[in-house]
Amino acid sequence: MNKPGLELSVPDTESVTIAEGTLVEAVTLALRYEMARDDCVVILGEDVGVNGGVFRATEGLQKQFGSNRVLDTPLAEGLIAGISIGMAAQGLKPVAEIQFMGFIFPALEQIACHAARLRNRTRGRLSCPLVIRAPFGGGIRAPEHHSESTEALLAHLPGLRVVVPSSAYKAYGLLLAAIRDPDPVIFLEPKRIYRAQRQRIPNDGQALPLDTCFTLREGTDLTLVSWGAMISECTQVANDLATRGISIELIDVATIKPLDMETIVTSVKKTGRCVIVHEAPRAGGVGADIAAQVNEQAFLELQAPVARVTGFDTIMPYARKEDIYMPNTIDIQSQIEKTLNFS
Amino acid sequence: MRGRHRFAIPFLQYLDTHGEVDVPLPAWTSDIERLQKLYEQMVLARTLDQKAVALQRTGQLGTYPSTLGQEAVGVAIGLAMQADDVLVPYYRDAIAQILRGMPPENILLFWGGEERGSDPGGASQDFPPCVPVATQLSHAAGVATAMKLRNESRVTLVTCGDGATSKGDFMESLNLAGVWQLPLVVVINNNQWAISVPLKQQTAAQSLAQKAIAAGIDGTQVDGNDVIAVYDAVKTALDKARKLRQPSLIEAVSYRLSDHTTADDASRYRDQKELNVHWAEEPIGRFQHFLHTRGYWDEAREKALQAHCRETVDAVVAAYLAAEAENPEAIIDYLYAFLPAALEEQREAIGRKAEVLNGQENPGA
Repeated sequence: MNKPGLELSVPDTESVTIAEGTLVEAVTLALRYEMARDDCVVILGEDVGVNGGVFRATEGLQKQFGSNRVLDTPLAEGLIAGISIGMAAQGLKPVAEIQFMGFIFPALEQIACHAARLRNRTRGRLSCPLVIRAPFGGGIRAPEHHSESTEALLAHLPGLRVVVPSSAYKAYGLLLAAIRDPDPVIFLEPKRIYRAQRQRIPNDGQALPLDTCFTLREGTDLTLVSWGAMISECTQVANDLATRGISIELIDVATIKPLDMETIVTSVKKTGRCVIVHEAPRAGGVGADIAAQVNEQAFLELQAPVARVTGFDTIMPYARKEDIYMPNTIDIQSQIEKTLNFS
Repeated sequence: MRGRHRFAIPFLQYLDTHGEVDVPLPAWTSDIERLQKLYEQMVLARTLDQKAVALQRTGQLGTYPSTLGQEAVGVAIGLAMQADDVLVPYYRDAIAQILRGMPPENILLFWGGEERGSDPGGASQDFPPCVPVATQLSHAAGVATAMKLRNESRVTLVTCGDGATSKGDFMESLNLAGVWQLPLVVVINNNQWAISVPLKQQTAAQSLAQKAIAAGIDGTQVDGNDVIAVYDAVKTALDKARKLRQPSLIEAVSYRLSDHTTADDASRYRDQKELNVHWAEEPIGRFQHFLHTRGYWDEAREKALQAHCRETVDAVVAAYLAAEAENPEAIIDYLYAFLPAALEEQREAIGRKAEVLNGQENPGA
């Protein structure tokens, strides 16, 4: 294995372009590309080796790169995060998988007290270039503790990046960027859309920018802000409204920490109206921060209060009632209409 | 599963509590200079430690965790490790850090409220002291994993207190060290108190070393106030990790003669009689007795050492007090490799606020 900074050239076999792939396949593709390019990249987690991960995100990687590059760990999330910190401090680039976000809590101490702080507390001497991947969110009828969206807990912590892809294409480019980033990145994968759609992914190793919102659709009447799986519902609503002559500007936040408010504020100054959509509970959600900053920075341009469409402030219900909890296209459309009609 | 497994925990002690020896000493003890150095560094550790406490009492240092009575553990670790090994310390390892090249004034800077104080100087891959109990065990396991994956002959050594052995991170890391056969040495500084909680309320286990058994790795208990025993155990464990890639656990049984930190008052929960018993067993007196008995030490050397320690500590304090202020933006400049655009305004606000505060402190300046 090479020392930090040394990178292997990309094998020819990796320069293939696949025509179409799902979000979870895009994750595998990005991991495979970066493992071939940089032998400091090491995958670790529960069931990630022989089994290829419970969602198959690491399928085939141990076979291809060996058991020194894809490590099946004992069942201990705090340990997975903790050893990733030690490995990262030694110049490796660990990409750890937490099997579900509902099980990230034992790792939270390591993430908050160490990963996020290592560079600062050593004044740049040691750093923590790790990625912690975790599937998150509801909508797949999973058992208890498998459906939460607690990204705001992580987004509150200085020193972290929190990134949420909304499509296969984004997952590929953002994951490459996350692995190459010199600081810790929490990469939350919306599992509801893991296999929802096949998308063309050029496997060219091109990373997408972090700390940047993506404007998915330009519009003039209202700015719709969201991230992750909810981008699907937002896109559908924006398309429907377009047929009625309502022009929605749709922004995919993508990196929810640190926030690219410039893109959002510029858009709201243009449209005068803003609706934020997230699956997570409302109180203390990332939407609250976005709304506060829009108020601070675009108050005079606002023609209606900034509104939020979110999950309820309750425990994520079990499968039979999760549809009641989850924001849907009707919730989004009706809030958009209210905001447009505000006077 | 068939059969029943029997285990034993070895106990290592060369010097009894009076500094007398009735067992053969390890071969390395023929190196008299090494023995003298072990002693000298323990005395320096105590001198610096007592000075740090005095600085705190006079408002010149923040809360500080004394290492009084546990000097043998830190000195043995600091002298036994190789320069390119990695130390992952907890917060009672000042002398080990200093012996690995940390400028001693950094210890004071750290407890005086400066992030810069975590700079280890020479051993630049060492971790800063870890405050959240036991979390450092898994960092060390990660560092050792990197060493193993790269097929290096370096070793990671991590320390913790007895309280840490009650936490999951301790057992999880020990467990991993066993499964992956990591080049990792775990040293428990069992000073028998976790703030006010004595060891018997921490665990029903007869020893802490036996926790290694459940992880499938070697565990040894040593007299943590016998510097020969601690040094020997640490050296043996480092060699085993280096050459055989085998992890081990060392429980160094010592005693916390001080309060937990300067913010603590142990007289609230600890009997003075118990303290007196342990003062009679502290590591420096017994080792000095041993050196005298062997003719390796005398009054003249002791006098010179005391003077040297005083001078060294005075210079360290002067360097600490003279340290230039770090610029205020440092509180945000090291958060990420590059300052995110979202934080640029806050960075400017930090500079402005510092100017205001500075003006309040120095009106007319």
